[in-house]
Amino acid sequence: MSGLSTRRILFPALALASVGALLAGCAQEPSATTATSSSAAAPAESATAAPSEAASSAPASTEPALDECSKENLTLVTPGTLTIGTDTPAYPPYFVDDDPSNGQGFESAVAYAVAEGLGFAQNEVTWTVVPFNKSYAPGDKDFDFDINQISITPKREKAVDFSNGYYTVNQAVVALNDSPIANATTLAELQAAKLGAQVGTTSLDFITDVVQPADKPYVYNDTNDAKSALNNGQIDGIVVDLPTAYYITAVEIDNSKIVGQFPAQEGGEQFGLLFATGNPLVACVNGVLDGLSASGELQAIQDEWLAGESAPYFTE
Amino acid sequence: MTMSPPVPGTPVAYQDPVRQALARRTARRNAFVGMASLIGFTVVVALLVTQTPGWPAVQETFFSPEQFADSLPGLLEAFMLNVRIFLIAEPLILVFSLIIALTRTLRAPIFLPLRVLATIYVDVFRGVPTILVIFLLGFGVPALRLQGVPTDPVFWGTVALILSYSAYVAEVFRAGIGSVHPSQRMAARSLGLSVLQTNRFVVLPQAIRNVVPPLLNDFISLQKDTALVSVLGPIEVLRQAQIDASSTFNYTPYVAAALIFIALTIPMTRFADWVQGRMARRQRAGGVA
Repeated sequence: MSGLSTRRILFPALALASVGALLAGCAQEPSATTATSSSAAAPAESATAAPSEAASSAPASTEPALDECSKENLTLVTPGTLTIGTDTPAYPPYFVDDDPSNGQGFESAVAYAVAEGLGFAQNEVTWTVVPFNKSYAPGDKDFDFDINQISITPKREKAVDFSNGYYTVNQAVVALNDSPIANATTLAELQAAKLGAQVGTTSLDFITDVVQPADKPYVYNDTNDAKSALNNGQIDGIVVDLPTAYYITAVEIDNSKIVGQFPAQEGGEQFGLLFATGNPLVACVNGVLDGLSASGELQAIQDEWLAGESAPYFTE
Repeated sequence: MTMSPPVPGTPVAYQDPVRQALARRTARRNAFVGMASLIGFTVVVALLVTQTPGWPAVQETFFSPEQFADSLPGLLEAFMLNVRIFLIAEPLILVFSLIIALTRTLRAPIFLPLRVLATIYVDVFRGVPTILVIFLLGFGVPALRLQGVPTDPVFWGTVALILSYSAYVAEVFRAGIGSVHPSQRMAARSLGLSVLQTNRFVVLPQAIRNVVPPLLNDFISLQKDTALVSVLGPIEVLRQAQIDASSTFNYTPYVAAALIFIALTIPMTRFADWVQGRMARRQRAGGVA
């Protein structure tokens, strides 16, 4: 009889032990695959061909939190190295050749300018792959900051910290030249259209909140799938951020055009660098970003990699 | 005590009151020990989990009541698309897979081409990832720009699921057919039943009864795989959860979506258990004589 009850207690005990082991195992997750930028393949000169190399660090050094922001005092995932995350594939014009470490493309150039402002040489920067969905997972981050065209919103700020915005972005509609909405100029004309966007983007929020079409929006895993559907005529247009819209129409889809861009919502939509909540690095990076902005270097990088904003605005 | 003395001649087995009392005591004690163990286990696990340093963050990101309430109505609405795809796909899968399974069991040499085709079909569609079939049909076929061919992503996504799952389910049916003893078929044929009648009245009823649990397995899997259609653009429940999750940076909508799926699969499992139990009782009823 006692043998019976022992067995009954043994099973939960075993299960308990295995759950405990599982929890312990999950506590420390090994870092994801990393793509180190080799020092030999330093970013092209053009990437940092800003007015003055020194200008970027000079304003930053006037920040009050000087000591905490000196390179030795920074709290980093890997000491001595700045670990930057982004998703893969990394799309133009934000990255070039799906290689964040080449310094080419808007966000790669911004990342290296920030790194330089913090005092890191190009070979002291490590890139790591951070899928968008993973960037806001609870627990320790395996990056110091993530740069992935992430728009700053109040809801998101409950889960992560953002730097100041490094780019103010507008949303735009891309359509094939023979699409029914190719010549639309008002939001009302868009409401009858089938519109698509990438999941998790503010472009999608724009469709549901601003355009409010009759049909549900079509949602894709990435911009490539959205482009396929557009090419196939399964949807009438896609909503993307304006720089991406320029790239798609100029390089990727021949017979396509930017139908128009949406007027900025109140406060404007800004891309920010994503940090773990409470990461003290945010203040230092903000100091560097302010410096880059004041010196005009940020604008220079933007002018170099992102096309102008001449697309017509939609009207109510 | 409601014990009545055994009546000779009735099929009721003799029951010893002393042994019955012992059995009841044992059952009571077992139930008590089982419950105590279960409660103790739950408490210990709950304590272990909630004492971990990261628990508040995990609770906020996965089990936030406000997020749950916010996303549930939208998720339920989106879930209707999953239900629609599932209800259309399931009967068609049953029909196609049964035809394929029967084709593979054909013995006459003249049917060799059909057998080869069915075998190739099963090999290919079981081996190819479902997501590729969905992409290929959902983006590939519309890209051909054929007149009169639909471009609707839900249509092609459903077709892809039917193609993919028919291959799996055909093998389940084939296993069921193989599980019927050959003597059954021989007996039926010797009674003068044709091949078709043998299949219809003797083999298939037994075969299907044997494969109800694995069939249900595949259909629960299908329910969840309806979410794959979302790669083509339509918003189903898991995509809606993803949209909610990425706008709030909170995973609770996924948990809500999981609960919706579970709410559907558990009644289905109980129903299948009931169907199977009924079939088993009927089978035994015929064999007691």
